[in-house]
Amino acid sequence: MQPTSASFKSNARAALTDRALQSALADLQAGFVARRAAVKSRLPEFEALREEGRDIRDHALANLDVYLEIYEERASAAGAKVHWAATAEDARRIVLDICREVGARLVTKGKSMISEEIALNAHLEAAGLEVVETDLGEYLLQIRRESPSHIIAPAIHLTMDQIEADFRRRHVHLARERKLADPVRLVDEARQVLREKFIRADVGITGANFLVAETGSSIIVTNEGNGDLTQSLARVHVVIASIDKVVPTLEDAAALLRLLARSATGQEFTAYTTISTGPRRPSDPDGPQAYHVVLLDNGRSELLGTPFREVLRCIRCGACMNHCPVYSAVGGQAYGWVYPGPIGAVLTPLLLGIERAGHLPNASTFCGRCESVCPVKIPLTRLMRHHRETEFEERRQRPLQRLALKAWAFLARHPGLYHVSARFLIVFLSALGRSRGAFRWLPFAGGWTRHRDFPAPQGRTFQQLWAEHQRGVSR
Amino acid sequence: MSTREAVLAKVRAGIGRVASDPGRRAAIEGRLRSPARHTVPARTASKPPQELVALLRAFLESQTATVIEVASSELVPGAIASYLRANNLPARLRAGHDPLIVDLPWGTAPGLLLERGPAQASDSTGLTRALAGVAETGTLILVSGPENPVTLNFLPETHIVLLAAADIVGPYEDAWVRLRKRFGQALPRTVNMISGPSCTGDIGSSIIRGAHGPRRMCVVIFGEPLRDQSAS
Repeated sequence: MQPTSASFKSNARAALTDRALQSALADLQAGFVARRAAVKSRLPEFEALREEGRDIRDHALANLDVYLEIYEERASAAGAKVHWAATAEDARRIVLDICREVGARLVTKGKSMISEEIALNAHLEAAGLEVVETDLGEYLLQIRRESPSHIIAPAIHLTMDQIEADFRRRHVHLARERKLADPVRLVDEARQVLREKFIRADVGITGANFLVAETGSSIIVTNEGNGDLTQSLARVHVVIASIDKVVPTLEDAAALLRLLARSATGQEFTAYTTISTGPRRPSDPDGPQAYHVVLLDNGRSELLGTPFREVLRCIRCGACMNHCPVYSAVGGQAYGWVYPGPIGAVLTPLLLGIERAGHLPNASTFCGRCESVCPVKIPLTRLMRHHRETEFEERRQRPLQRLALKAWAFLARHPGLYHVSARFLIVFLSALGRSRGAFRWLPFAGGWTRHRDFPAPQGRTFQQLWAEHQRGVSR
Repeated sequence: MSTREAVLAKVRAGIGRVASDPGRRAAIEGRLRSPARHTVPARTASKPPQELVALLRAFLESQTATVIEVASSELVPGAIASYLRANNLPARLRAGHDPLIVDLPWGTAPGLLLERGPAQASDSTGLTRALAGVAETGTLILVSGPENPVTLNFLPETHIVLLAAADIVGPYEDAWVRLRKRFGQALPRTVNMISGPSCTGDIGSSIIRGAHGPRRMCVVIFGEPLRDQSAS
């Protein structure tokens, strides 16, 4: 997909006035946050598992070369064909070659963020293939030609009316007078339409939540079962996974799986978790005749030796966005690419370049809820701050912004001067705003006062109040 | 240099390693040979077998699955026939060549038609046998093969799973023990962990069953649970 991260500000402004989106976001956040909290409260070991999840991923990444080699050996021994792709272009070419080799015409797909990242569908379609997304949310986006707004609930921003209209426009072979105005009928219709695709598909493409070195397997996690029909009914199964997905053993996978569904949807476990190893065996009556795995780097290896290495621990649960005040205000599409929310604010500038996605790490209040829920404890705010520092070092901000940052940095490094200036400013503003108690407009604060009043200070600085409080305590 | 070598070289540069380090590789292979368990939830620890059955059952039922317990496998055909009747479903089943399923006394359920082989698009009900049931989250472990073709788990609208009470374990790790015992390191093509019928939350804000896979699921637990879990 074509990134629009550079226009985050206007994307966000549009999102804030989109009523349907705002109502969907409110439901989404309330639902996911409450369900996660409930399921976590039923598992006293959850916090211990987060520590272990972090350590498992760190260990795998610190020895990634060896784990990739062992994974490849064991997957190959089970009959997999493993392909290595350094770039998005490599991966697109490899997948298209596999499709051409078997004379494919119809390709079904399970949800894969990597395939969005490399814009796989457009490439296959340009080569004349019919590509069908089978995850219900992804299917809705595909027929609307939209990008996902959430990594696990990609079409959460769509209303039922929109979906009904799309289905009527798209499924013209079905009776025009059919009833569609409830979610069950819509799901049934999608089931009917996609079922036929599953059965006719030549190639089925899925992502991988994990690769297991011990057994040479790939693991996918779904609730719909679409990933299973995709891989078991097509003649060829292609797994596309980034190199950071490998974990050592099934025990390691179990620990991470305990974190994944709980963090993502607030479920104890998803309906389907599938461990796939190689193509169908000689005695198997079903399953794909060939099993390919495309291992994609696309910039990950370059992060390993940097402070950003920790972002590679991510297991793509979406908890950070579910708990993010910025995401819940503007939704995922405003972020302009595949990965929204805090994880996107860290990852997108790394994969696209800070010059194309510099707004994202700035669109954070640094409240830290994201890292407090991250199942593998990625220090998301610290990594966003790294991006801001890089921007400053590379002189990417506008002159006025740079000047303000420099002035702030100077003040912050000179506490005496800071106290004096803060006291002066507070007294001044307090006197000025005494009559109303708030300001409707303030110079340099238009971004705030355009939407809400700025409360007038009460006359003393926080430092003064704190000092008084301390004196009170010690008395 | 091949793409493979180039990617691995960049990975090694990133993690500050050199390629030829047999010691590190040996240590990692050792870790893979004897996989260590991480924190295992206490919810299944030292529970009597009957409580594990109850836990598994409660989780499955919370996901809208029907759970039927029968004293022995001979009672399975009758239980399946009444389940299908009670749900107004056709008295037809498709199953693979699992010896347990083949040897069930199907004559005790006259009128029930049992067909063999992988799922066909027109099949209404698939019947497969689970290798294990994980009480921790009510998750069934099924393995693909001629005994239990994988498509039977996903294509028909109704999925019936047979589970021996003796195959119910506590955590996932105990299911891995059974997998390794049976297959060594060469896993079958798919190991399916199934915790309920297919569902989606992608349309509207409610959960709807039967998105792509089965709309309903029935688990028939037969026989007595193992007395001593450590024997598994």
